[in-house]
Amino acid sequence: MEKMARVTTALGGNTITGRTMFCHLDAPANAISVCRDAAQVVVAGRNIFKIYAIEEEQFVEKLNLRVGRKPSLNFSCADVVWHQMDENLLATAATNGVVVTWNLGKPSRNKQDQLFTEHKRTVNKVCFHPTEVYMLLSGSQDGYMKCFDLRKKDSVSTFSGQSESVRDVQFSIRDYFTFAATFENGNVQLWDIRRPDRYERMFTAHNGPVFCCDWHPEDRGWLATGGRDKMVKVWDMNTNRAKEIYCVQTIASVARVKWRPECKHHIATCSMMVDHNIYVWDVRRPFIPSAMFEEHKDVTTGIVWRHLHDPYFLLSGSKDSTLYQHIFKDASQPIDRANPEGLCYSLYGDLAFAAKESLISSDSNRKPYIGDRRHPIFFKRKLDPTEQFEYISSSSALSVFETDVESGSMDWFVRTAKQYVLAGRPLAELCDHNAAVAKELDRNQVAQTWTMLRIIYSSPGTVSSANLNHSMGKGSASLPLMNSFNMKDIQSGMGSESRLDRSKGESRPENILMDSSSTLINNDDNEETEGSDVPADYLLGDVEGDEDELYMMDHENPHAEEQEYILPQEAFPLRHEIVDNPSALDHLQEKADSPHVSGNEAETVSLTPVESFSLISISHSLYENRLPPDFFSPIVRDMLLFYAEQGDVQMAVSVLIVLGDRIRKEIDEQTQEHWYTSYIDLLQRFQLWNISNEVIKLSTCRAINCLNQASTTLHINCTNCKRPMSNKGWICDRCRQCASMCAVCHHVVKGLFVWCQGCSHGGHLQHIMKWLESSSHCPAGCGHLCEYT
Amino acid sequence: MNSALLQQILQVGNEDAQMHALFADSFAALGRLDNVTLVMVFHPQYLESFLKTQHYLLQMDGPLPLHYRHYIGIMAAARHQCSYLVNLHVNDFLHVGGDPKWLNGLENAPQKLQNLGELNKILAHRPWLLTKEHIEQLLKTEEHSWSLAELIHAVVLLTHYHSLASFTFGCGISPEIHCDGGHTFRPPSVSNYCICDIANGNHGTDEMQISPTGSISTAESLCEVEVLMEKMKQLQECRDEEEASQEEMATRFEREKRESMFVYFSEEEELAPTRDVSRHFEDTSYGYKDFSRHGMHVPTFRVQDYSWEDHGYSLVNRLYPDVGQLLDEKFHIAYNLTYHTMAMHKDVDTSTLRRAIWNYIHCMFGIRYDDYDYGEINQLLDRSFKVYIKTVVCTPEKTTKRMYDSFWRQFKQSEKVHVNLLLIEARMQAELLYALRAITRYMT
Repeated sequence: MEKMARVTTALGGNTITGRTMFCHLDAPANAISVCRDAAQVVVAGRNIFKIYAIEEEQFVEKLNLRVGRKPSLNFSCADVVWHQMDENLLATAATNGVVVTWNLGKPSRNKQDQLFTEHKRTVNKVCFHPTEVYMLLSGSQDGYMKCFDLRKKDSVSTFSGQSESVRDVQFSIRDYFTFAATFENGNVQLWDIRRPDRYERMFTAHNGPVFCCDWHPEDRGWLATGGRDKMVKVWDMNTNRAKEIYCVQTIASVARVKWRPECKHHIATCSMMVDHNIYVWDVRRPFIPSAMFEEHKDVTTGIVWRHLHDPYFLLSGSKDSTLYQHIFKDASQPIDRANPEGLCYSLYGDLAFAAKESLISSDSNRKPYIGDRRHPIFFKRKLDPTEQFEYISSSSALSVFETDVESGSMDWFVRTAKQYVLAGRPLAELCDHNAAVAKELDRNQVAQTWTMLRIIYSSPGTVSSANLNHSMGKGSASLPLMNSFNMKDIQSGMGSESRLDRSKGESRPENILMDSSSTLINNDDNEETEGSDVPADYLLGDVEGDEDELYMMDHENPHAEEQEYILPQEAFPLRHEIVDNPSALDHLQEKADSPHVSGNEAETVSLTPVESFSLISISHSLYENRLPPDFFSPIVRDMLLFYAEQGDVQMAVSVLIVLGDRIRKEIDEQTQEHWYTSYIDLLQRFQLWNISNEVIKLSTCRAINCLNQASTTLHINCTNCKRPMSNKGWICDRCRQCASMCAVCHHVVKGLFVWCQGCSHGGHLQHIMKWLESSSHCPAGCGHLCEYT
Repeated sequence: MNSALLQQILQVGNEDAQMHALFADSFAALGRLDNVTLVMVFHPQYLESFLKTQHYLLQMDGPLPLHYRHYIGIMAAARHQCSYLVNLHVNDFLHVGGDPKWLNGLENAPQKLQNLGELNKILAHRPWLLTKEHIEQLLKTEEHSWSLAELIHAVVLLTHYHSLASFTFGCGISPEIHCDGGHTFRPPSVSNYCICDIANGNHGTDEMQISPTGSISTAESLCEVEVLMEKMKQLQECRDEEEASQEEMATRFEREKRESMFVYFSEEEELAPTRDVSRHFEDTSYGYKDFSRHGMHVPTFRVQDYSWEDHGYSLVNRLYPDVGQLLDEKFHIAYNLTYHTMAMHKDVDTSTLRRAIWNYIHCMFGIRYDDYDYGEINQLLDRSFKVYIKTVVCTPEKTTKRMYDSFWRQFKQSEKVHVNLLLIEARMQAELLYALRAITRYMT
């Protein structure tokens, strides 16, 4: 009630109180309008024309203006307006083109006052002059606007828009003589009431019909328009050319717009189709409505603020035959449910990420790392309290993630994409090949994964010991990553260690290997869970940086290196890592910024062969492995999810393709599709068209497979006039000649056509190839030094 | 194809550059130049929009697979036994890899398409009976259900081909040369002459007058035009003098609507359905004719409550982007197309006449414009014209060459084609309005 009290004072004694309430009408409403004193509302529609009194708790029907046994079409209202000067005066626009005025002061039951039958088509809108009692304006489907003086029988003046149907007319609130009219073809015209011969100004506001417009009650130059193109636009008419100053994109065509009283930037809208809600927008925040009323079950056809100076009460009528009074404090505010976030890449690959402060600070691990280039920089913006975002009390944090050149380089991605072999060979060979590729690029964890996949899925006979050995060496290199975080992981590592020790005691070598490989996979598994535990800064800061950091760490920490090469001998690398862990963590944090070490790889490699014997012996035991490959499926699945989560969708997709049916059913179709599309998108960004096509071809998702069939159009220039060919045939429509002639044999090329992008000349593939063996100039003789790549 | 029509086309065809471009476009897009295009080229502006829309519906990105689109086209055309369109699309259907088995009848097509049969039937003959239950039936989640976007696509295709069938019969378009019936003299629709005759160069036989019966009463029909123009003028100038009462207006609409039911050609020329067409629809008895005979009541649809511009467009564009825009343009062009000529007269404002034709068609479908005086229709459209409109729109397969010849005898062939454009667009919009309204009701 406090609020109500405030309202009361604001209106100087004119009390408005109430609650959200509604009443059923007998028929769908087309338009509503309020009386000046905000105590009554008139509802008009095809089969309804009634006045309701707005009381504290309910609407009370006061008067039914639809009288007579057989109501004529004059009662079928498209629009209604209540005069803001004279509370007895109403005007309606009938669907049959008649403009009717009603005088409530009449003693008889029929309040109909005057009838203007001048329009030839449906009248869409009527509007009273805000200060002049007798002046009424109408806009009709026939393209004319007419101004009536209610003291006369006929219209005073007729304005011809010279374009199509008029959808809305509105007198300017401050300019005595000006009114705006909106048209079905997207135009808005400004007229001077004294000059019926020509509009003062016209501009195209929307694409398609402009259904409505509303002058700003305070700022006299502002006009809001809403159209079928789902936009609400605010125009500043003070300048010579109407300037669009705000634009709100809604989700459906806009049927009505109404500025909210006393709130300079707020505007209420409702839609004509599909969407039944009423929105109140802050035009400065065009992406999310500041308030929303969701009561209606069918499209809202009329909205009106109850009082000229009260921003809290909104009335609305709807096709669902209800009349509502909405109270602002009952409105739902989408902003509460939204998590405003912004994300943007800069020219240099820096990533800025802004989010609501509460979202970020709730994550207690996250601390700003000032001065560390890889970690986010936080900015905080407190809103200027003088700004009137009354419902939006938000402060947000902006994080900027800078990428240094090296970790930002996607060279590895391109090379991996190019060198991976995904099909056409036995699985083992594919895995080996891909492992070698990954290794060459210093991506040891990936290389190891490939090797493990080979061990898991390929028949035992093909296992080559060297590879295995090698991968184990690498495997250890990747471990610091997984250990760098919290105790949970270390404990799980310990668990597996003791298990391993036990099995070693029983001296069953096959088990050892089994365990060790599963341990390794477990590690992957753990990493994945870690992935979510990792402070988000770190993860975001350098998604691709794992390997680099590992190396960095190793370098700083020579004794870790030492242990590493002992580890493979035991086929179990974890133990020493645990010992080592705290210092490794320190290094990670302190030296994260230090330069990368390149020599590291060589060292590791040189160290591993020493241990290879033990591994070979173990690898033999693999033959006895009787476990079916799908025993590992869940683990492999988790591994793929982990890679994808980490941002290495390349790995996920490659493994998916290589393993094919072995793993496909483990992962749900949608995830797969998602991976494929991300990977293909990446490939195309790097212009690896061939590879992306190969991936599309190899994919088993239907949605992906059909990508190859989409957009296969090729735009070419005519060889004669060098203009773009708009036609789909062989004939250029400009110079009327066959466009795709072979420059060598002068026949039309059907089939493989190769041409120079410089001069548009070309021809049969063989002919051109032959030609270029002997000459580097264009065969057409245009003098261009053709380049065919 | 009508011989006289063809003569004029060939005449026009030699001069117009825009036409050439259109032909080339059409040829490039379809790989053929069909007879519909050849006839519509009288009105290049419209043709361009028409081809663009058709191309988008059939070939561009959309919710339905290509062979479905052609199959739906076949279904729709078969409703009106339009062998021309059916054959055309049978070829296309097979070309895009459709299963030839489906062509043995709707029952051989997937369940999903079979479900569409009912909608097809209703839309073609009694669109006002369409309710949200029909839509619900198609959309309810089960194995063969439709998605909303697919449904909109299908509805647009159905209405497009229903009205195109009207055009085919209305202008008496004969089969393509390479199609069944293209080489014979068997009259598939109105035609007495095949395009191939002309195309092969033996049009020496074709010395018919523009209006075959015209010579009898040239004077009489001359004044037909004059009278019509006079009436139009009157209507435009002195409309506010004798303003009819509201009741009168309502009665006029009802009367027009009722009368339109009984407007019928007298003779019953039963055309044997071409053999390969009838198999596509299971229920031949279901036609416009049946209920009109029994004087069934058509409920009134108020266009002010659900119009294409305000409501239909938004719905279509939301579910099948760009198509709303294309259709909107096409309707717009068809409705506003005018050359300010009537027969031999120039500088005529034909808007009242065009509006009368448009509204008359909508009136037959029970669609009422509150702001229109349906008395105008009676003044402007004479009986033979009404018979023609009624037949072409509601039972196009019954159209005869005599009907085509007997209305507006003094008018040019291109103007008769113009009328046909109005007919098909108005029909398409009417069907669409009913279908979209049902979908809207389903959605709310």
